[in-house]
Amino acid sequence: MGELIKNGIRVDGRKPDELRRIKIEAGVLYRADGSCYLEWGGNKILAAVYGPREALPRHIQDPTKALVNARYNMASFSVQERKRPGPDRRSTEISKVTSEALEAVIFTELFPRTTIDINIEVLDAEAGTRCAGITAAAVALADAGIPMRDIPVACAAGKVDGVVVLDLTREEDQGGEADLPIAIAPRSEEILLLQMDGHLTYKEFEEAIELAIKGAKQVSKLQKEALMRKYKKVE
Amino acid sequence: MDMFGKISAVKKDYLLGLAKEGKRVDGRGFDEYREITIERNVIKNAEGSAKVKIGNTMVMAGIKLEIGEPYPDSPEEGTMTTSVELPPLASPEFEPGPPTPDAIEIARVIDRGIRESEYIHLDKLVVEPGEKVWIVFIDIHVLDYDGNLFDAGSLAASAALQNAIIPNERHELGDNAPLPVGKPPISCTFVKFGDSIVVDPNLDEEQVAEARFTVALDENGDIRATQKGLAGSFTLDEIKNNINRARIHAKNIRKLLEE
Repeated sequence: MGELIKNGIRVDGRKPDELRRIKIEAGVLYRADGSCYLEWGGNKILAAVYGPREALPRHIQDPTKALVNARYNMASFSVQERKRPGPDRRSTEISKVTSEALEAVIFTELFPRTTIDINIEVLDAEAGTRCAGITAAAVALADAGIPMRDIPVACAAGKVDGVVVLDLTREEDQGGEADLPIAIAPRSEEILLLQMDGHLTYKEFEEAIELAIKGAKQVSKLQKEALMRKYKKVE
Repeated sequence: MDMFGKISAVKKDYLLGLAKEGKRVDGRGFDEYREITIERNVIKNAEGSAKVKIGNTMVMAGIKLEIGEPYPDSPEEGTMTTSVELPPLASPEFEPGPPTPDAIEIARVIDRGIRESEYIHLDKLVVEPGEKVWIVFIDIHVLDYDGNLFDAGSLAASAALQNAIIPNERHELGDNAPLPVGKPPISCTFVKFGDSIVVDPNLDEEQVAEARFTVALDENGDIRATQKGLAGSFTLDEIKNNINRARIHAKNIRKLLEE
């Protein structure tokens, strides 16, 4: 205790309710229908959307709606110990909850029998990759022109040295007491993804989730600015 | 071939027609590369990294070093391994799953260029002779696929190795040190369709290509690796001509790496 927060300041110099530096760029890939490059602290993420396109093989098609298929993948060089290429249990779970969070806002009923494929590549990782991935994927979906009720956004809060903090860094994730990543639809504040591990009292949980929502809303502004920057250029 | 998708006969006729007039679909000359950019040290967690763009094609190479056992036949040398990932992010035709034959071919051709030009000084990567050596992982991640992954991947790997470090500190072996490398190989790829042979094929040209040829050259213009691909063929004169064209291109590309 007391290692990670000193005089109210965190290891990387942030206040408890402060986000890491975030940079978002929309429409960065040539082949993809929509794409986004995002840097969030030391995370570097590329997201690409393909579709809606015919779902194949045909037996996976849903005659009432589009399938939303997100794939979260870490590059082998994105972590300190080289990761063997290909999916593992962790990335499979993240892909699943990401697909579900994004499907919640997409008007899938407009595109029966199709699939909307969302590829999230983590190129450099420093804690919080799933939130960064969802945030980038949402911008890529908007860039692809996929009709959505809202542009989803994700952010994590947690507990470090007994203090509820926003947007954990790697040391805080490893040495902290809890991590609580969420994704929301920012206008309605509906919760689209919620995971947590660690130990929080009910009161701390409340505080953490409110802080994460506040953080997500700040990130939401950056997403919209990135889209405006791209589409203003087009006019 | 599945990697290149299906091409309509119309597109093929169009490209062949253009070629007869000495033109390419993107306005280049037959012997002209697209613009090449190299960005180094982009991945903090990698021991070395580089992002290379050739036109709209974009690849990222990351280098990781781990300690492992040497091969029994070379107990006093480190080892290297090259892999190419074609994630579905990079093209509507790429699918998730284990490496396809296309990806493996690209990785092996890039590997041969690096290995045969003795670019990495593997003899300097011994930790304990016969017991522990450094394994150099060269991982090439394709991010946007618009043709010519052989040259883009090779260039990214060379640039990433150029700035790579040996992570001694992480293994309590002293201070980090630069990865010992010599002069990089330069890869140059051509495709043939109809009677035309063009350098640095874009995706449209790869889709109509009947034959492909890649050569990796060292700093003297000597040949360190070659690969002929696809179901078509070249004459011996065509191969010689390709190599002579490649020697000129390689000099220019080498300058970009040495900047």
